[in-house]
Amino acid sequence: MSIDIANEPKMTWTGAKTIVDPQRSIRRGSLYVAETRIKKMLKWWKSIVAFGLGNPTLYLLSIGIGIGSLVDSSLGPNAIDGVNYLTFLAPALLATAGIQGAMDEVTWPTLEGFVWDRTFFSMNATAITGKQIVNGVMMAAMARCVLQVFLYEMCLLAFGAISWQSVPILLLVCSAAGLGFAAIMLAFSASIKDDDDGMFALVGRFIITPMFMFSGTFYPITSMPIYLQWIGWISPQWHATNLGRAMSYGMPIEPWLLILHWALMLAMAIVGFSWAHRVFDRRLSK
Amino acid sequence: MSLINTSVDTAIAIAERRSNRVGASVYSGRSRVVLERGYYALKSSTWMVVASGFVEPVIYLLAFGYGIGQFITGSTDGNGNPITYAQYIAPALLATSAMNGAIYDSTWNVFFKMHFGKIYNGMLSTSMGTLDVALGEISWALLRGLAYAIGFMAVVASMGLVPSLWGLLAIPAAVLIAFGFASVGMGVTSYLKNHQQMQWIQLVMLPMFLFSGTFYPLSIYPQFVQWFIQALPLWQAIELIRGLTLGILNLTMLGHVAYFVAMIIGGLFFTTRRLTALFLR
Amino acid sequence: MPKNAHKDSKERHRAVAAKKTKPEAMIIAKGLTKTYGDFKAVDSIDFTVHRGESFGLLGPNGAGKSTTMKMIAATSQRSGGELTILGKDPNSNGPEIRAHLGVVPQQDNLDRELKVWENLMVYGRYFGLPRKWLKVKIEELLEFAQLTEKRNSKTEELSGGMKRRLTIARGLVNEPEILMLDEPTTGLDPQARHILWDRLFRLKEQGVTLVITTHYMDEAEQLCDRLMVMDKGKIMAEGSPAELIKKYSSKEVLEVRFGSANNAQVAKELKGIGTRLEVLPDRILVYAENGEKCLEQIVKKGLHPVTSLVRRSSLEDVFLRLTGRTLVE
Repeated sequence: MSIDIANEPKMTWTGAKTIVDPQRSIRRGSLYVAETRIKKMLKWWKSIVAFGLGNPTLYLLSIGIGIGSLVDSSLGPNAIDGVNYLTFLAPALLATAGIQGAMDEVTWPTLEGFVWDRTFFSMNATAITGKQIVNGVMMAAMARCVLQVFLYEMCLLAFGAISWQSVPILLLVCSAAGLGFAAIMLAFSASIKDDDDGMFALVGRFIITPMFMFSGTFYPITSMPIYLQWIGWISPQWHATNLGRAMSYGMPIEPWLLILHWALMLAMAIVGFSWAHRVFDRRLSK
Repeated sequence: MSLINTSVDTAIAIAERRSNRVGASVYSGRSRVVLERGYYALKSSTWMVVASGFVEPVIYLLAFGYGIGQFITGSTDGNGNPITYAQYIAPALLATSAMNGAIYDSTWNVFFKMHFGKIYNGMLSTSMGTLDVALGEISWALLRGLAYAIGFMAVVASMGLVPSLWGLLAIPAAVLIAFGFASVGMGVTSYLKNHQQMQWIQLVMLPMFLFSGTFYPLSIYPQFVQWFIQALPLWQAIELIRGLTLGILNLTMLGHVAYFVAMIIGGLFFTTRRLTALFLR
Repeated sequence: MPKNAHKDSKERHRAVAAKKTKPEAMIIAKGLTKTYGDFKAVDSIDFTVHRGESFGLLGPNGAGKSTTMKMIAATSQRSGGELTILGKDPNSNGPEIRAHLGVVPQQDNLDRELKVWENLMVYGRYFGLPRKWLKVKIEELLEFAQLTEKRNSKTEELSGGMKRRLTIARGLVNEPEILMLDEPTTGLDPQARHILWDRLFRLKEQGVTLVITTHYMDEAEQLCDRLMVMDKGKIMAEGSPAELIKKYSSKEVLEVRFGSANNAQVAKELKGIGTRLEVLPDRILVYAENGEKCLEQIVKKGLHPVTSLVRRSSLEDVFLRLTGRTLVE
């Protein structure tokens, strides 16, 4: 690179005063954050779609049909809730997809934003606030969640495990579960100290896996000993699963329980958001 | 006191002692030092993360063995004797956790050490060889696998899910299985460049877990699918361990053992070559 | 340190010292080449490094310095030519050669999972050194690196300068005959650099052969007895810093600035002043025996630089002369 003085690049310069509209950044900060995150996600869209379709297919084949055939042959075809095992299982797996999809976008990416790349700090160095980062990250997570649930629903339809009519309402139910859980996980991830990434392994082992396994996912929660049933009561997985079963194949459900399911998922979202807002503001201004 | 040259021959003499042996350029006989490193690293890591490694298979066992198990009758041990569903899946979960532990250690952990920690650059700028590194890392994974296998077996045996005394052999069998998976896993990891590619490993592991006769006998599949699954390492592993815990021994088990011995030898060869190509070319 | 354990080696050392009348060649490269596909990272270079010498590889990023270092460190196989390190071929005697070397890579690759003391212990164990011996050695090294108080710290908690000193201490754990330093002070603040230079100087005084790459001229001038200027995989010049400056530059340099828009225009009018002109985007360099005199001449022409500076010629100027480029871009 020899020095060519004649062709030195010229830089134009108007000034921040003229080109940046502070009011506009304040209004749209969350959207900018969401945009960044979604763009990052899109780089891996092939993986997301492949896993989004691959995972449900595998689980449905193995557990839904494989284990399902054992259950149906042991107890007769419609032993649980008066439907076959696959139909019983489908809403639960769907709820898992919603929770997992949203969670994937708030755990490791948050550690990345605070620790590895420190992108949250550079966002915060512009007009974007901590709360807006939370909202933007959650928007992106929900986009992923909705996509993942939708892909899962397509698989379930192909297997005949849910009906066309229940697609929109199930999407809503599972997204609500994703929203509630992801908001709390976002706040939690942001509270993890710099060098403590073993935390996710512990959360996976002691919270996510038990939640997945003991929330009435694979068998009615009532068939578990009562001292394990509380796991279901506090887990969005069970609330979404139970609602989903009511919506999908008309599992009988008390009206008050119906309302409680929605209310608890919503409450989780509210708690999660306000916690996350606090943690983000504090950590960014440290 | 002088900082140098008081014993300058030591490191060199150690290296030269082996210089005429076969494979001296890849093996210095010091893979145990990698274990020493592992020990120091373990000391300052979160012990709960390490210690709780065998919890996951236990949770699976509770949920599937006892949860779904209530709705499943008529499981047999392969010789036609009735067993509970929990007895049926417990050995499969041990085999799976041996696989998962080995793969986790030899893929994610190795990936981090390779690309972020640059640990191997450090190791290989000394007189260590690539086979030392490969063997050492894999042995570390095995020690961990052994600890988990013992933990899991203790839980499972106390639940009465290991009817045969032969079940004790399931522990060394789990280590053998882990060795096979770790050797191959480390070699495969050396090809991967980013996190997303690492996820693809999961795409191989998950179907293996779900379809290798873990939860139900292969007989529900068409014949050609059965052949395919029988060629996969996890099916081999599950059959081996299930035979031991249920006390049904036969000669095909030697075949399973041979399968893993082949995996170990092939994997080590492949991994050593890859490490040499990556760090010493 | 246990005395009797090392008696034998001390005697040997004395024997080596007695023989040291004529310089012993530690590293000999002839036609050394490294290609990556079609790209020639190192293109047939020849050089020799002698015992006790401090040898510098100087050049901009991508000149082939690090590749050359890796080949010497026996962690990269050459594509062509000959390379002999302490009489051995790194392609076939890798582990033995590496036992003689201390390596300080460009980016610290300390073990982040280990504490300071553990880093030194484990690294020493990689060489197969006994723990008991290492325990004593590590105390010396910690003191040398001024890290005794940090022995139980995680490496993350160290400053950049401390990390680099620890990496150097780690490279010394096997008491190497050759210490290889790749860009030892890049990214460090001035104070940390000076501490480091001081440490390296002490090693040199103790007779350790140093091989250093750098793109900092002041560093090369401070630390190196002999330099090899590299660019695009080739050797541009070789010699001591003073020799190179004498051969490729003038005694003094006058730097004048006329504003980045005007430099090119003004340069035409400056022709004939000094022995040579070098026009950079932000300034004009006038090479001369007497810089002040040149400045007078310029002012006499009715030209008034925004700033002016007379300084001694440096390796930076040598490099500019040899390649037409500045070093740090």
